[in-house]
Amino acid sequence: MKPLLKLFLQAIVIGLLARSAQADGSGPNVAAAMRASFEAKRQATMARLTQDETQRLCTQHAALPLPRKVAARITALNRATVKPPSDGAYFGDLKNGEVIAQTGTGLQSSDDPAKPAGGNCYACHELAGSELAFGTIGPSLRQYGKLRGNSPAVLAYTWEKLYNSNAQMPCSNMPRFGARGILREQQLKDLMAFLFDPASPVNQ
Amino acid sequence: MTRRARALAGALGALCGLGLTTLQAAPSTEDAIAEYHAMFGDENPAELWQIRGEALWHEKRGPRHVDMSGCDLGLGAGVIAGAYAQLPRWFEDTQQVQDLETRLVTCMTTLQGLSREEVLKIKFGDGEKKSELEALTAYVVTAAKGAEIRLPMQHPAERAAYALGQGVFYYRAGPHDFACATCHGETGKRIRLQTLPKLTEPAGAQNAYTHWPAYRVSQGELRTMEWRLQDCFRQQRLPQLKFGSEVAIGLTMFLAKTAEGGVMAAPSIKR
Repeated sequence: MKPLLKLFLQAIVIGLLARSAQADGSGPNVAAAMRASFEAKRQATMARLTQDETQRLCTQHAALPLPRKVAARITALNRATVKPPSDGAYFGDLKNGEVIAQTGTGLQSSDDPAKPAGGNCYACHELAGSELAFGTIGPSLRQYGKLRGNSPAVLAYTWEKLYNSNAQMPCSNMPRFGARGILREQQLKDLMAFLFDPASPVNQ
Repeated sequence: MTRRARALAGALGALCGLGLTTLQAAPSTEDAIAEYHAMFGDENPAELWQIRGEALWHEKRGPRHVDMSGCDLGLGAGVIAGAYAQLPRWFEDTQQVQDLETRLVTCMTTLQGLSREEVLKIKFGDGEKKSELEALTAYVVTAAKGAEIRLPMQHPAERAAYALGQGVFYYRAGPHDFACATCHGETGKRIRLQTLPKLTEPAGAQNAYTHWPAYRVSQGELRTMEWRLQDCFRQQRLPQLKFGSEVAIGLTMFLAKTAEGGVMAAPSIKR
């Protein structure tokens, strides 16, 4: 029995080793290589290299269409993180919202951690017609509120999108601003005002 | 040589002034670079780095008091013509896949006897602080102008580096969930006004890879591929990429291999 038990245990150890060497399912152990290839720099700590389940699943399925089960798992995981505004009010300051949309700094090792992060919306989206330096990774949000109205459903949808993009679109390119602590609740409200206020440059 | 260097330094000073005026007038990078070309033709301040690198290459340096003519960049001792277009590659003596910059460190430490700490003290230049490594890189890269990118890819470690680089390209992490693929996985997209190359296809990878290292107008410095990669990760909100790390080499290998067939045009001028 003893040699058999030893063999059995060896098989388990080998199995575990193989699993850890191929943590992402196939090929090289990218996570281990990442840990070995970086060093903490100011606010950019090594903990940032560790993937949460959403990031791990999105990485694993990056090359192919997302299987339906995985997509459902990701949306469920992320929907659970969404918190509605604590006082029930969606709209903050329109002017602050515009500044947040324009600001690209925040959370980089080179940024001042005492300053609030920006949303950098213009990096990927068209918003106000007067701002011509907009990116195209995301869809145009020109006249966002004007085109969609401000029904409770539209407001709740937009809040959820800003708070956690993966609640609606698994593996979205858009950061999960509220859920990952990039923007504070007040900043999200300011962005809501920037998107919906009839006086906002977005809706001209 | 010194007269030419002085002329280039003059152009460089004018360029810094130019940067200020264009900042007020127009945000477009393409405009600023076009304006620069209109004023200075094909002069590229990167030549200042190249000239310094050429002098360093031929200078007898370090405790062993030898020049770099014994340095094998993959095509034989002292051969620099076209060498950059065939890197990264496996080197028997170090038993490692190396890019140009880590290979230069190997030569400076093993041939000239300089210490690794000394060589890596200034990896990336900053104004008065000049990097010898960057100068040598500029010299070797310039000697590959016109050469077609063609990697040996025969050693298993070279294939493993490529596979790792590919995996890293899609690795999402950090507070923003960014991977390289977030910005460089699709064609025809922009960040603000900056066009983004799709780096998983030959056309995009060739366009990017053949133009680095580059003189970066906004910084007044020549920047290498190692610098470029660590700056991408900074914007991804990740920690500091270590110089010569397996991720740095793997990503370079992935990009270079995808760019195969492209013709080297670096050092170029970038925003």
